[in-house]
Amino acid sequence: MIHKFDVVIVGAGGAGLRAAVEIPKGTSCAVISKVFPTRSHTGTAQGGVCAALSNEEDDSWLDHAFDTVKGSDYLGDQDAIEIMCQDAPRAIIELEHMGMPFSRTKEGKIAQRKFGGHTKLENPKDPNSKRIPVNRACYSADRTGHVMLQTLYENCIKNNVNFYSEYFLTDLIIEDGICKGVTAIDMATSEIHTFQAKAVMFATGGYGRAFRITSNAHVGTGDGCALVYKAGLPLEDMEFFQFHPTGLWRLGILVSEAARGEGGILRNNAGERFMEVYAPTVKDLAPRDMVSRAIISEIRAGRGILGSDGTYYINLDLTHLGKKVIDEKIPEITGFARTYLGVEPTKECVPIQPTAHYAMGGIPTNYDAEVLADSKGTKVTGFYAAGECACVSVHGGNRLGTNSLLDIVVFGRRGGKKISQFLVTAEHHEFNSDPKEKTKALMNDLLSRNGTEKISEIRRDLQQSMMDKCGIFRNEKDLTENKELIKQYKERYRNIGLQDKSKVFNTDLIEAIELGNLLDIAESINEAALNRQESRGAHTREDFPKRDDAGWMKHTFITKNESGDPKIDYKPVVLTRFEPMERKY
Amino acid sequence: MQVTFKILRFNPEVDKEPHFEEYRFEGHENMTVLDCLHKIKWEHDGSLAFRRSCAHGVCGSDGMRINGRNHLACSTLLKDINTKKPVVIEPLPAMPIIKDLILDMTDFYDKYKAVKPYLINNTPVTEDSERLQSNADAEKLFESAKCILCACCTTSCPSTWTNNNYIGPAALLKAYRFVFDTRDEAADERLDIIDTPDGIWRCHTIFNCIESCPKEINITWHISQLKKELSTREL
Repeated sequence: MIHKFDVVIVGAGGAGLRAAVEIPKGTSCAVISKVFPTRSHTGTAQGGVCAALSNEEDDSWLDHAFDTVKGSDYLGDQDAIEIMCQDAPRAIIELEHMGMPFSRTKEGKIAQRKFGGHTKLENPKDPNSKRIPVNRACYSADRTGHVMLQTLYENCIKNNVNFYSEYFLTDLIIEDGICKGVTAIDMATSEIHTFQAKAVMFATGGYGRAFRITSNAHVGTGDGCALVYKAGLPLEDMEFFQFHPTGLWRLGILVSEAARGEGGILRNNAGERFMEVYAPTVKDLAPRDMVSRAIISEIRAGRGILGSDGTYYINLDLTHLGKKVIDEKIPEITGFARTYLGVEPTKECVPIQPTAHYAMGGIPTNYDAEVLADSKGTKVTGFYAAGECACVSVHGGNRLGTNSLLDIVVFGRRGGKKISQFLVTAEHHEFNSDPKEKTKALMNDLLSRNGTEKISEIRRDLQQSMMDKCGIFRNEKDLTENKELIKQYKERYRNIGLQDKSKVFNTDLIEAIELGNLLDIAESINEAALNRQESRGAHTREDFPKRDDAGWMKHTFITKNESGDPKIDYKPVVLTRFEPMERKY
Repeated sequence: MQVTFKILRFNPEVDKEPHFEEYRFEGHENMTVLDCLHKIKWEHDGSLAFRRSCAHGVCGSDGMRINGRNHLACSTLLKDINTKKPVVIEPLPAMPIIKDLILDMTDFYDKYKAVKPYLINNTPVTEDSERLQSNADAEKLFESAKCILCACCTTSCPSTWTNNNYIGPAALLKAYRFVFDTRDEAADERLDIIDTPDGIWRCHTIFNCIESCPKEINITWHISQLKKELSTREL
C-alpha cells in the first residue's frame, strides 16, 4: 500500500509527538511507531526536565548553558546549547499550558529540585566563587517523562494526528540526495507500506539494547540510526554512550538521579561516602560519567559489595531521607527496589550498578533538526531528526540529567517549525523504483533462513562483549578484540533460523531485523571508540587517560564506505563564549 | 526450580480456536513472568507473540491474565505467584485476540479518547508564566495521572464482561484526571459524556479494578468522586 503525506514522523516518543503538535492544521501528517505511542521510552524518564525558571532560587540560562557545556566535556556545540538553554523556560511553560501536571512550589509555580551537574555560582558577583548545586529540574514526582509523554500524546489526539501504531520502519528512501519517504511493515499483517512524503523526520530513539545491562526498553534498538548508517549517511559521536551510575543491580532498571537530588548517598562496602573523594564540591551530584567511573573504580579497588551471584554492587543509601520524602518525591523508583530486589529503601540501602542509558551520538543534525550528509554541513533535502536518535550536538561527550527531556521538546518543536517552512515550497518526489522491493527482499531473506544460530544468543553475546570491552572503561586491546567479535556475530547472523514464518505479529521476524540494526550500531560505536585516542566525557580510554583538546576537540563522523567498511571524518566543535577548562566538581 | 507455564496460544492463520500449550523450564523465584515468556520465546518457541517494551511496569504493554489475575508480566515475579501448579497465562479477557497474548485494543483506546483526554482551557495565557496551581491541587491528579493504559482494570470489570459498551474504569479514571484539574474548563462537557447508562453508572463498585491495577491506583475512589460530582452538580 502507498500512502502520500506532506510529513511523516517516525517515532512517537517525546520528540516525534512534539514535532507532530507543531505541524500546522491543513498539512497532512502521519506518525509511525513500532509501539502504541504511550509505550514509547520517553515515558520511563523519571527525575525532571531542566530550565532556569528561578522558581525556587535565582538561576539563569547562562548557568544552565555553562553546566551543559562543561558536562559535555567541551564536545557539545555551544551555539546549539545556548539555543536549548535559552528556550528551556518557554518550553517548560508551554508543556504546563498543554496540561502537563507538575509538582508545585508554595506559590503554586512549577517546583524544581537539584540534579547532577547543575550548578550556579555561590556568589553571583564573584566569578571565582565555587559553584554549588541549584534547583533547576522541574518535575512531577518521579514520573516526569511519563506525564510528559501522556501530555504530548493527549495534545496529538486533540489535534487529530494520524497514527500508524505498530508499524515497523524498514527503509529510508533517499535518492539523488533527496529524502522521498520511508517503508514500514504493518506488524499486525506483515503488509509492506510505502509512505511517500515531502519531509521525513526520524525521532526513533536510542540504542541502549546494544549493551547487556541497560535502562533502555526492549524497543531501544537504534532502528532509525541503523537505517541512516546503512544508507551511507554519517553517524556522529557514536563513541559517546552514557552509563547511568544508578541502575538496579543485575537488572539495570533506572534509579533516577532525583534520588541523589533529594539527598541520597552512594556508599562502598565500608559505608564510606566515596564521592567525596572523586568530586569534593558536588559529591554525589557529580555528572553521570564521573559517578559511573567512580563506582567501577571502587569495585575494582575491592570496595564493592559482593552479591549473591558473584557480581559486585554499590549501595545507594536513602534511609536518612525519611518515609515522607521517599513516598512523595521518589515513590516510583523506591517501588522498583521493593518489587524487583525485595529491598525496603526506608530501612535498607538499594544495590546499584551503572547501566547503559543514553546515546549522546546519533544522526548528525543542525539546531533546526535538519540532517547533515557530511562533516561540511551539507543538508539532506527533506530529512530531519530529533531526540535521542539525533546528535545536534547539545550533549557532547556526556549528557546532564534532565537535558534529554528538554532536548526532545526544544528540538522536536524546532524541527516541526523548520518542516512547516520547508513545506511551503516542497514537493513530493517520484521514486526511481518500487521502494517496497528492498523490504520484501529483506523479509523473504530472513523468513527463509533455517540456520542453527539463535537470534537471542547472538544478541546476548553482542550485548555482553559491548559491556565488557566497549563499556565504561575502554582500551585498544579490548576494542580491537571486540571489533573481531562483532564481525563474528555478523557472520553468525547470516546463519540464524526463524521459527515463526507467519504473517500476523511475527515478532520473531521483528527481533531479527532489530538484531541486524544493533549489529551495525555496535560496529559504529566500537569503531569510533577505537579511533578516539583520548578520554572525554563518557568515552574513557585507559591507554589515553587525558582529554586532548589540541588533537580531539572535534566530532566523529562515521560512514560505511562502498565496500561496507567504516570510514571516519571529523567536524569541528562550535565554540561561542565558553572557554574549555579542566572539568572538576 | 522447575516451572511449567500453560499459555493460551492462537495463530489466526492456522487455528480455529485458542488452545493451551505447556512449556517446562528451569526458572528462579526472582524471574518476572516476562523473563519467563522471553525464555520460552528465545529458547523454545520463537513463534510465541506478546507485547512488551520497558520491562519494569511503566509502558503498560504487557498486561495479561496470570493465574486468573490481570497484571503486568514484567511486574509479576515468580515468587509472588503459585508455581507449584502450572502457571496459567492468558490474554486479558473481553478483548478480541489477534495472536497469542496480543489483543486488539482499538475499542479500549476509543473509549479513552471519548472522554476528551486532554486539557481544555480557552482562557488566554501569557507565554512567560505557568498557570498557578497549589501543590495540594496538583497532587490530587497524581494518582490518576499514574495510569499507563495497560487495560488490566477495564478487562477485570464484570460490568465490562456483561456489557462491552461500558466505558470502563480506565476511561473514567482519565475523565477524573481532567475533571479535577483546576486548570481545566471542560468538566461539564466530560461529565455529560460519562453521565449515560453505559457510562459511569455501570460501575457497581465491585473493586476488581483496584485489585488488578499494577500501579496501585484506587480507581474506585476516583470514580466515586466523579459520581459525587455528578450527583451534586447543578443542571
